Amino acid sequence: MAEQAVDRQEQEYPESRPQQPAAQKEKKPKKKISGDQWVAVGFLAPSFILVLIFVYGFIGWTGWVSVSNWNTLVPDFSFAGLKNYIYLFNDYRFQADLRNTVFFTILFIGLVIVMGLGLSILIDQKLRGESLFRNIFLFPMALSFVVTGVVWQWLLNPSTGYNQFLALFGIQPKWYTDTNILAGFEWGSIEFGLPVAIIAVVIAAVWQMTGFSLAMYLAGLRGIPDELREAARMDGASEFQIYKKVILPMLMPITVSVIIIMAHISLKIFDLIYAMTGSGANFVTDVPGVYMFETTFRGNYYANGAAIAIIMLLLVAVFIVPYLLANRRSDG
Amino acid sequence: MKKLFGILLLMVMALVIAACSSDSSSDGGEDADASDGGDSGESAESGGGGEGTVEIFSWWTGAGEEDGLLALIDLFEQEHPDITVDNAAVAGGAGTNAKAVLATRMQGDDPPSTFQVHGGAELNEGWVAADKMEPLNDFYEEQGWMDKFPQDLIDMVSKDGNIYSVPVNIHRGNVVFYNKQVFEDNGLEVPTSYDEFIEVADQLQDAGVTPLALGDKEAWTATQIFENILLGELGPDDYKSLWAGDIPFDDDRVVAAAEKFKTILGYVNEDHASRNWQDAAQLVGDGEAAMINMGDWAKGYFSNDLDLETNKDFGYFAFPETDGDFMVITDTFGLPKGVENPDEVKEFLSVLGSKEGQDAFNPLKGSIPARVDADESKYDEYGKDAMADFNESNLTPSLAHGSAAAEGFVTKANQAVNIFVTQLDVDNLINTLKNAASEL
Repeated sequence: MAEQAVDRQEQEYPESRPQQPAAQKEKKPKKKISGDQWVAVGFLAPSFILVLIFVYGFIGWTGWVSVSNWNTLVPDFSFAGLKNYIYLFNDYRFQADLRNTVFFTILFIGLVIVMGLGLSILIDQKLRGESLFRNIFLFPMALSFVVTGVVWQWLLNPSTGYNQFLALFGIQPKWYTDTNILAGFEWGSIEFGLPVAIIAVVIAAVWQMTGFSLAMYLAGLRGIPDELREAARMDGASEFQIYKKVILPMLMPITVSVIIIMAHISLKIFDLIYAMTGSGANFVTDVPGVYMFETTFRGNYYANGAAIAIIMLLLVAVFIVPYLLANRRSDG
Repeated sequence: MKKLFGILLLMVMALVIAACSSDSSSDGGEDADASDGGDSGESAESGGGGEGTVEIFSWWTGAGEEDGLLALIDLFEQEHPDITVDNAAVAGGAGTNAKAVLATRMQGDDPPSTFQVHGGAELNEGWVAADKMEPLNDFYEEQGWMDKFPQDLIDMVSKDGNIYSVPVNIHRGNVVFYNKQVFEDNGLEVPTSYDEFIEVADQLQDAGVTPLALGDKEAWTATQIFENILLGELGPDDYKSLWAGDIPFDDDRVVAAAEKFKTILGYVNEDHASRNWQDAAQLVGDGEAAMINMGDWAKGYFSNDLDLETNKDFGYFAFPETDGDFMVITDTFGLPKGVENPDEVKEFLSVLGSKEGQDAFNPLKGSIPARVDADESKYDEYGKDAMADFNESNLTPSLAHGSAAAEGFVTKANQAVNIFVTQLDVDNLINTLKNAASEL
């Protein structure tokens, strides 16, 4: 079965595998497709057709709208070229969105990996009550981003909760209402730098998603046989060296998966921001998803909204496509 | 194995055919469906003419407003027991979700029988410009409504001499609510001019009270302040000319208004970006802040949610320098094109526009009636005041609520204001508005 799968792949992408001997190709027409395969095709066909129409068809449709003039309530499908894209990249709000997305993604993924890895190593130390800790850290994942957003909106509201306690010590963080840009410099029409307010959103997102990377890493750690650690110890490696030289390299595939999954969450994030901060003063916590929603459904700029959607798709594709390609190579 | 495959293939084919045929049948039946709003179509189709369904599309799902809508529907059903009402309200703040659903349905040629829309540009530059509405001039004549609604208001629901919808309620946008206790403690009088307002604000600030509460998590609350300053600065006639495009946005008075806006923003609570208008109003209720500029739906929030007493715990006054003006936010209902039973929809509109209908709806919703001859005794203290003002004042359209300009411009103006609140860059605001003016 596995062999057949590979063959099928080759039929679809013959040019991507030039190293295959030609002889093998000639054999193919003789092969009969077995009944099992027809059954598989029969089962797959409906969902394949539906996905083709309702996912790829509509992506194509969105792409078409994004180069049209449809920016009012009246649909207008005349061709506008790249007008909408040019408008967006000159737009203050969209530039701010891109800046926020960059910093949010870097901070979010970095922290999720560091904290997930750290916690999973701690939990992996065969401590008592392990499952309790694991459940505690995993629990936030059971919440929706909207719930997380509302909770953290109040936790990090400068005038409520423990911020009043902090104020007793003279610490008054402004969290997501802070409009400062750290290390900012002029770039286009915006100030490029780390928006302080985005840190508050990152905290909420990390709180929610750390459990996920923890679970992934824990599974990875469990998959590393004890013999390897023992062997390293026999060779005189310290515990630190074991982690650095043996365990972490072996966790690399997990890290890649976590990065891919977190990247697609963070690039498309909408619900957390919408529930927690909205666009923020001066758009310090705005992201493309929120802009897309508002410009399309409040401003009736359908073509602009479609263009934002396409840009978001391309951003995610930058992460996903290399991953998929690499996967295919290693499967083959 | 082959048999199994054959069966499977058959099943797939059957599925595909079923999907296609149900598709085509709904295509064929679309015209019939559209008339009564799709889902509840059966009764209308089988009934044939005499009886039918009227689908009322709104975003009235909140406490008072839903009660008002249900009271209105009750009244209608008493008068027309043969017509079924389908209450198709879509929840979501300020109609954001409802408007998205509506746009989808209108573009799919499946309009509801009638739908909620703000009078002014949202109606005229939106649905009327998109050629989706039927004119109602004859209907107004028939009902004898031409002198029952203020002329300014009829103008707001008219385009090129045709009337397109029936207003059901009025809210006022240029109101400042204030905490009476705070004013008393500091020995302050209600300010009537901009200078007095600044004086009062300074004294409050010295006393350690936030002068003006603002919750601009959604930018329209700040836009609302700006439009009121514009109204004060330009006066009602030039304010309207501004939105008609006859006065440019770099006019000296607009710049002066932006400067005043900048000054006033110096008096707001520091955490304004984290609050919505209710959270901000709460500051006033608690006495942490003294005043808030908000449409008079805030009155319902003060008395119902915060349990405060009108004219005892909190008071109200017109936004400084807009005393004789009335910033109108009006919900209206029209007749979309392509509705199959327009006569029945008109029956509903006639109840909606009637004195009884408006008096059933508005006291519950906490708004005042759009008609000039409503029964005053049914309204509370604030309502009576507002009704008196409504009859005497110049009516002006609100930008923040989509009456003054098309939604596209409003969105851009809100974005510009959001940036302005932080950057306080007057030139930038004026420039952005000027660039967006092509969409007026």
